[in-house]
Amino acid sequence: MQERARPMAEDPRLAGYRPAPGVADELYDRDGVMRPVWKPFVERLCAMSPEETRERFERGNQYLRDAGVYFRQYSNDPLQEREWPLSHVPVLLHESDWTTICEGLTQRADLLEAVMADLYGPGRLVSEGHLPAELVAGNPHWLRPMVGVAPRGGHFLHFLAFELGRSPDGSWLVLGDRTQAPSGAGFALENRVATTRIFPEHFAGERIHRLAAFFNGFRAALTGLGWSNGMLRGAGILTPGPANDAYYEHTYIARYLGIPLLEGEDLLVRNGQAMVRTIEGPQPLGVLWRRIDAGFADPIEFNPTSRIGAPGLMEAVRFGNLAMVNALGSGALETRAMLAFLPRIAEVLQGGALKIPNIATWWCGGTAERDYVLENVERMMIGPALSVDLPFTVDAATALGGRLRKAAHMPIAEWLRSGAEELVGQEAVTLSTTPAWCETEAGGELRPRPMTIRVFAARGPNGWSFMPGGYARIGLEGDTTTLSMQSGGAVSDVWIVSDTPVPQPSLVESPKGEFRRSGEGTLPARAADNLFWLGRYVERCEDATRLIRAYHLRLAAAPEPDDRLLKALSDFMTQIGFEPTRPVPEALIDRIDMAQNCSFKVRDRFSTDGWLALKDLAQSAHGMVETARPGDDAARAMGVLLRKITGFSGLVHENMYRFSGWRFLSIGRAIERADALLSMLVAFTEPDLPPGALDLAVEVGDSVITHQRRYRVATNRDTVVDLLALDADNPRSVLFQLNRLRRLLEELSNAAEGGRPGPILRLVMPLTTRLAVVLPDEVTQEELAGIRGTLFQVSDRITQTYLR
Amino acid sequence: MLYDINLTIGYDYAAPSDHSRNLFRLLPQDIPNNQRVLSRLLTVDPLPTERFDGRDFFGNATTSVMWHDPIDAFTVRLVARIDRSAFESELDISPTLPRLAEELAEYRDIGSLSPHHFAARSRRATAWPDLMAAVRGWVDPSMSALQAVVAVGEALHREMVFDPEATDVDTPAEIAFSTRSGVCQDFSHVMIAALRGLGVPAGYVSGFLRTDPPPGQPRLEGADAMHAWVRAWVGGEMGWIEYDPTNGRMSGADHLTVGHGRDYDDVAPVLGAMRGLGAHSTMQAVDVVPVAG
Repeated sequence: MQERARPMAEDPRLAGYRPAPGVADELYDRDGVMRPVWKPFVERLCAMSPEETRERFERGNQYLRDAGVYFRQYSNDPLQEREWPLSHVPVLLHESDWTTICEGLTQRADLLEAVMADLYGPGRLVSEGHLPAELVAGNPHWLRPMVGVAPRGGHFLHFLAFELGRSPDGSWLVLGDRTQAPSGAGFALENRVATTRIFPEHFAGERIHRLAAFFNGFRAALTGLGWSNGMLRGAGILTPGPANDAYYEHTYIARYLGIPLLEGEDLLVRNGQAMVRTIEGPQPLGVLWRRIDAGFADPIEFNPTSRIGAPGLMEAVRFGNLAMVNALGSGALETRAMLAFLPRIAEVLQGGALKIPNIATWWCGGTAERDYVLENVERMMIGPALSVDLPFTVDAATALGGRLRKAAHMPIAEWLRSGAEELVGQEAVTLSTTPAWCETEAGGELRPRPMTIRVFAARGPNGWSFMPGGYARIGLEGDTTTLSMQSGGAVSDVWIVSDTPVPQPSLVESPKGEFRRSGEGTLPARAADNLFWLGRYVERCEDATRLIRAYHLRLAAAPEPDDRLLKALSDFMTQIGFEPTRPVPEALIDRIDMAQNCSFKVRDRFSTDGWLALKDLAQSAHGMVETARPGDDAARAMGVLLRKITGFSGLVHENMYRFSGWRFLSIGRAIERADALLSMLVAFTEPDLPPGALDLAVEVGDSVITHQRRYRVATNRDTVVDLLALDADNPRSVLFQLNRLRRLLEELSNAAEGGRPGPILRLVMPLTTRLAVVLPDEVTQEELAGIRGTLFQVSDRITQTYLR
Repeated sequence: MLYDINLTIGYDYAAPSDHSRNLFRLLPQDIPNNQRVLSRLLTVDPLPTERFDGRDFFGNATTSVMWHDPIDAFTVRLVARIDRSAFESELDISPTLPRLAEELAEYRDIGSLSPHHFAARSRRATAWPDLMAAVRGWVDPSMSALQAVVAVGEALHREMVFDPEATDVDTPAEIAFSTRSGVCQDFSHVMIAALRGLGVPAGYVSGFLRTDPPPGQPRLEGADAMHAWVRAWVGGEMGWIEYDPTNGRMSGADHLTVGHGRDYDDVAPVLGAMRGLGAHSTMQAVDVVPVAG
């Protein structure tokens, strides 16, 4: 082994790889021999030229950018996103390691379930002295309304994550349990796709375990929880919304699993049954995979200040009508101090020691424990006992090795004496290191970085299954004590490598000979509302951009200072809120941001391309605020924006599936465009306007060429009204848009009422009929304005009927 | 002592709201050696589409209501007759504070009666350094737990001014204490925080005060609305005692209990959730009168 290892170790990419003494390393064993599981990988990596390596890594980065993977940094600014910090070199673990991990974690998951059942049941662990009462009664994550409530489906825990590290002797150690709403599984999928792009040949070998089967199993288990009384009720994923740091993952996993992403305001509870507000009225919900902390789930029974929960959710749980993944109150298990007692509890409840120990933890509320922590303070992380942060997330309130991380406010001994029961000491284990790629002048090399892996577990009908790999956190070089993504760490894929080929499931298993189209599911009202407004805002941007361009084109032609047409145009723009004092009016930026905001809230229902197109539009527009100069330059800038807007519209119309969400987006656009045309016609077909006003209307209506073809005369009021209001074949006419609106409305549920057109259609149909038969000279400005009024009512009725 | 209680609480929404949900903790219950409820009736107008009556973790009576159709106002009324029995002048058999801490540590229970729930911090009642600096001036280390409770209660009654204009329902206890003013809710939260800071488990009691005092006695503060005071655990022997810091006295025959919890959040008489924005105004009218004979 030594003989063969040496030539590779002299490769410049490996020459500098020196694990620190006393630290376990993933790449090299204790004798400095490369572990066999890594060899083929490292050989290939070393066979690449620096250019090829760079090119491949860039391929992975490009994938993540294109897919729109981002990680939100905690911030008040909802749009501050950070690129996903992928460390390109995966962590390779041999299947034998993995088997050990799965066995240990199966035991641990069952233990956690048993502890949950006791904490919300008889409370024996406390009364028999295995767990101090104050750690439960004083725990903000132990939720009193859940006491005595049996979980629907019989289990409290369904989806868990475990943070694992390798200690210096090579054995695994559980650093923390994630039982509340573990995140990362969706990111793991993206890590895997990106890494596959970088190292495609490794996956051809079929020795790396795939992730898809895990998700298929979990999806089946999740939706299966919705069965009750022979009826399958729907499943949903509850997200805190776009401000959450893992919102991208929520949208991704919802899309991947095909389960609707819901926010608190989508839900209501009626007669003890959770319902989703949809465009067809409230629909029963049987399962909720919550990605929000339970304390925020219901402002009536938990934190009353929560704005992201749903009032009454606890009532639905109490009635046994809603399965929660995981049960409300499961966050209590994440408490650091719990780790001090779990080893003992395992012996009490399971009759044996933990197969994989957890990080040694001492609750300082016990005198002996406190003294021990004090005596061994140099190798302790000391922090809040009730914190649910993982160890190694060293914050202001945590002391490491006898020093307070930030601004020591008192000596450790005094700190421990004054608030002992609020503190735990945890052994500051040295984490193992794994190769990470570092750019150097010579082209890059591997360096040892500390790592932890995150293992996800899902409960199925036959017990726990584990996601084989996918997610490791990589710390900073030389710092084996801090592993936080917020402070610049990275994330990598984890490969579980087998000696023999592994089964290759496809993403979605398709049983032979039978398939069935699954229905689109009923669209939540909030999603429909956001799509409706997305359609309106995008159209409003387009209309405004055309106006602004027309204005600056005329400005560029060096008009007289008292040019009446320019004045009329400027007045009109001011009247509709786009005052042309600045080349890129603030109102335009606002509308673009609002459009982006709406799309953000329905990101799970929206193609990545569409999302990126809007993002690109917003970035360009914001950039132009500073640079665009009045006149020709601004006109050209508007041309750029117009192409981007129409690019987005094209994507929507060519590619978006015609589900009800698309309909609401299109309804929004139709209403907005008809309205914009009407307001422009009202303004620019006045008899006493300066010459050129009618041409301007045709230009802004994007119908210059059509006008020439169709009428072969110069514009007059009749031709302009005919073309922009009455022409059923011109997409830029009011009638065209109203006909479209009518057809779209007819396809919605509840469009008819007792065999007759419903109230909304009854508002629209007289308009389409009237515009189809009326002659241009019969149409007055008042009538045009009146149609606008009716459209306003239509929009209002749509909101009342479908969108709330 | 027999009392008749009449309570009306009204809410107005700025705009009609559908699927409005409320949780009431307004129904008084029997408490051994304290009060017996002879009759009680809680009515809600307009009639809710749903109503569920139940009990929360601490045993308080809860009434959960919901209106499916939009409403723009509602009124909730309580009528109850209560027989209050009060035992005065108990012997102080409470332990010293260090001994109380030991008793607490030996109390291995997380059932609803456990003092542990009331020893920990809660959202509205957690001690802060300035308060504890003041408390050290009021409490002598040699005091029994009961003496400490009374010392803190009397000091707060002395130092803080009852002023309904000074605070609102969401004012933090820390602010109320720094301005030395507030209403019964503020007095109680400050006292609970102080007692917890001393290691004495303490909780919040919501209820009523007799509206008009017996002849020759001063009217109590807080009689015009629902009232709040403090209960504290002073060891296994004496158990829970109740003190009204707003009026600087142990709770007595004039105090009628509705519910108890760790702080206001656990016993808020009306907890509401409605869709959409829009402030709502409230009206509260209370009448607690002794029944002759």
